[in-house]
Amino acid sequence: MIRLTIDGKTTEVERGTTLLHAARFLDIKIPTLCYHPLIKPFAACRLCVVEVKRSWGMELVPSCHVACQEGMEVSTGSSHVLAARRLVLELMLARWPNVPILRKYAAELGLEKPRFASPLRDEREDACILCGLCVRACDEVVGASAISFAERGIGRRVATPFNLESESCIACGACALVCPTSYIKFEAEDHRGKPPEFLLDPNTAIYMPTAQAVPKVPSIDRDSCIHFQTGGCQKCVEVCEPGAVNHKMVDEEIEVEVGQVLVAIGYDTFDPTPMAQYAYGRLDNVYTGLEVERMLNSTGPTGGRVLLKNGKPPRAVGIVHCVGSRDENYHRYCSRVCCMYALKFAHVVKERSGAEIYNFYIDMRAFGKGYEEFYSRVLNEGANVIRGKVAEVVQAGWSKQKEGALLLRCEDTLIGRFREIPVDMVILCNAIEPRRDAEQVGRLFGLSRSPDGFFLERHPKLDPVATMTDGIFVAGCAQGPKDIPDVVAQACAAAARMMATISKGEVEIDPVRAEVMEEYCSGCRVCSALCPYSAISYVAERKVSQVNSALCKGCGTCVAACPSGAMTGYGFTDRQINAELEGVLAV
Amino acid sequence: MKPKVAFYWCASCGGCEEAVVDLDEKILDVANAVDIVFWPVALDFKEHDVEAMPDGSILASFINGAIRNSDQLKIAKLLRAKSQVVVAFGVCAQLGGIPGLANMSDAKGIFAEVYRDGVAPVRLHRENGHSLSLPEFFDTVVALDRVIDVDYYVPGCPPTPKIIGDALGALLGSNLPPKGTVLAPDQALCEQCPRKDTRPEKLLLKELKRVHQVVADQQTCLLAQGLACLGPATRAGCEAMCIRGNMPCTGCFGPTSRVRDFGAKALSAIASVIDSNDEGEITRILEALPDPVGTFYRYSLPSSLLGRRRME
Ligand SMILES: Cc1cc2nc3c(=O)[nH]c(=O)nc-3n(C[C@H](O)[C@H](O)[C@H](O)COP(=O)(O)OP(=O)(O)OC[C@H]3O[C@@H](n4cnc5c(N)ncnc54)[C@H](O)[C@@H]3O)c2cc1C
Ligand code: SF4
Ligand code: SF4
Ligand code: SF4
Ligand code: FES
Repeated sequence: MIRLTIDGKTTEVERGTTLLHAARFLDIKIPTLCYHPLIKPFAACRLCVVEVKRSWGMELVPSCHVACQEGMEVSTGSSHVLAARRLVLELMLARWPNVPILRKYAAELGLEKPRFASPLRDEREDACILCGLCVRACDEVVGASAISFAERGIGRRVATPFNLESESCIACGACALVCPTSYIKFEAEDHRGKPPEFLLDPNTAIYMPTAQAVPKVPSIDRDSCIHFQTGGCQKCVEVCEPGAVNHKMVDEEIEVEVGQVLVAIGYDTFDPTPMAQYAYGRLDNVYTGLEVERMLNSTGPTGGRVLLKNGKPPRAVGIVHCVGSRDENYHRYCSRVCCMYALKFAHVVKERSGAEIYNFYIDMRAFGKGYEEFYSRVLNEGANVIRGKVAEVVQAGWSKQKEGALLLRCEDTLIGRFREIPVDMVILCNAIEPRRDAEQVGRLFGLSRSPDGFFLERHPKLDPVATMTDGIFVAGCAQGPKDIPDVVAQACAAAARMMATISKGEVEIDPVRAEVMEEYCSGCRVCSALCPYSAISYVAERKVSQVNSALCKGCGTCVAACPSGAMTGYGFTDRQINAELEGVLAV
Repeated sequence: MKPKVAFYWCASCGGCEEAVVDLDEKILDVANAVDIVFWPVALDFKEHDVEAMPDGSILASFINGAIRNSDQLKIAKLLRAKSQVVVAFGVCAQLGGIPGLANMSDAKGIFAEVYRDGVAPVRLHRENGHSLSLPEFFDTVVALDRVIDVDYYVPGCPPTPKIIGDALGALLGSNLPPKGTVLAPDQALCEQCPRKDTRPEKLLLKELKRVHQVVADQQTCLLAQGLACLGPATRAGCEAMCIRGNMPCTGCFGPTSRVRDFGAKALSAIASVIDSNDEGEITRILEALPDPVGTFYRYSLPSSLLGRRRME
């Protein structure tokens, strides 16, 4: 460590630290122009000068470039220093009088009118001040070396070779990013911080997939990352203190051997487009539940505000329950979560937009802990709940005043009247349905599905998280619609069941099971397609089928099915059964 | 003295005789090794020549064809008495074969169908003190082992030269196989099929096809292409001849030794690949099999568990 004094304050810094950095640690401001923290210092502009005490007297040095030395005494604001900085700025302003950053520093230094005028006077605000940051960024950081200084003296300027369009430029925009005057502009829009639904690509080369990503770590988009194009840059590696950025990582497929699997693949939501009467996809401002969840999210496209397509808040909002649920034409079951999230919407939308709220329900299913209380609260907040299924959503009319408004038609079964309610926004609480790949996943794990399409548990009361395949468990909406508290409870139960087997260390199986008599097996694989427990596999090397006796439940399906009689069921062989029959019939 | 052998045909198409002739030059080896004492299709020996032989004097009789009339029954019994070994030769003798499909009807029904309004044959006809008789036409066709004791079976419609050669070798060799053996491998045809590896692990189909509806790919398992190939249920031994000719197996080698009812197993093999739980859809898929008896019991109806159709 090195001790030095800056403006009378003593400090300790690591060897190699520049005076500029040391001063910044002490919160001492020093103006800079040709300096950028990610680029090697160049000391071109001399705006950052400070005074250092030497044996022969005081010396002015550029602080961005000079390293701290033991016992140094530095002054950053002496009259010499300020005079030198003013002179630097006076000379630059003589040539570039309107560049904002120069004028800002000049104002800070109390420089009112420069004394000089230059024959090269350039009135532009975005003139190039020849700091060289762009050239160095392109060369040192990006590694593309697409631009450089051309000519000398008063002709010096930043240019591509021969002023032609450069083939080395990878359009990364690093030059524009570092340019202090915006002389170099990059036409691409800066999307940082914008919600992903507005973009086709990630918004930066290294990015957080979503605001609530789990695990919350950024990833690198190879197509936009400079390093993957030039081999250079790696500035993210430099600034990441824990050293977590690794450009050598590649996607890999990992095979993990496990003894048990919890299938919790969740759900899909019902697409309400086929219910043409609700106008989803046809009229503006008709949304599904999930779309509204996104709108209400503080990192969503509206920053959590409830807005119509025209950017205005809605005056009235209709919330339609049971869209696609409890409906003979779509799903007969109740999706269980919609009534409650519909009430949640009623509460949040009212709170955020002040809109009048109308909930249209068939039956209000507020079954969970604290749910009925929440329902009362929403009623007290003034939500209008109407018992009746919405017949249709239509455009309200063509007058200017009604423009964009929607009309909800329904029968209010509590007052026995047909009603038409004008709203600005309609929220369809669409059903929860089995994932579209549930069939493949089911086949993979040997799971059956109940008529509603969700995975079937072994027993609804006695074994609710196990399945007919040993070692395979189900939890969450994969097993049936349910809300988060129920999902969590079910998942914990499944985890406990799996832990129990692990800690026991062994499993017991029934002695009744099937076995292939390999010398007779033709390898036709009739059996493997039929086994309800996926216990049979084909052994390609020996060209025969094989029963995994840990999975076999001894149901006998394969024994009966084997067209060549090569499968035998222990305890129930043909010989045993024939002997039994003979015994019975001998009486 | 060379061992004596006899060949006889019952209810058959003649293909099994053809199969013996098909041995080409090997037939000469056979002729050198044995004395053929009775072979109506090729040699002029008469029934009374056989009757004249002492019991057990023939080493082996090869009887093809099912038993459908009283004449066949009589000669089968005669050859049984004169022979040490009786071989049911070909699938008709073994299981009833194609003539066995007549069990879907009975004598009356068949005559009505065949002779319609013409002159139906009568068993006994007298004219001017002379009489002419025909053998009795049975209502039910049976396999050979239902009327006489059979020692060995040579499967096939007809048996292939290789199977016949192997069978003769086994019979002339020193170690006779155990009585009742079917002289062919005891695995299903898929084992010998060149297309076996192309069969998917879990074969599930939404559609079955008939052979005239598709030009089948030459490499892929025919069942996987939706053709009702009975290879999984049929005894190997033919070396997948039909498959090599791009035609599905129809089951002429019969079942393996562990299977009692060939058609039931074949049916279960085909049913197992149908990918539906919906009654209507299953019915639609099965429309591709308009003749289930002719498909699954083409060669084995007489020896199936049911044996024949119940006539009202
Ligand atoms: C609009 C709306 C609002 C809701 N609001 C609430 C609320 O306020 N409170 C509440 O309690 N509940 C609410 N719910 C219900 C809640 O969303 C569900 O209860 C919960 O998400 C179900 O959790 P899960 O883990 O079973 O399924 P999911 O949340 O669907 O999770 C399943 C996960 O499995 C992954 N996956 C799928 N297939 C595979 C595969 N083959 N391999 C690996 N991974 C796979 C998926 O990517 C997903 O991450 C709401 C539902 C909707 C539709
Ligand atoms: S069904 Fe029988 S012959 Fe076919 S693969 Fe299975 S055990 Fe082997
Ligand atoms: S007995 Fe049942 S569980 Fe066992 S391998 Fe055969 S089909 Fe599968
Ligand atoms: S089903 Fe037929 S085609 Fe397929 S492997 Fe078996 S014998 Fe060959
Ligand atoms: S900032 Fe130090 S010389 Fe330009």
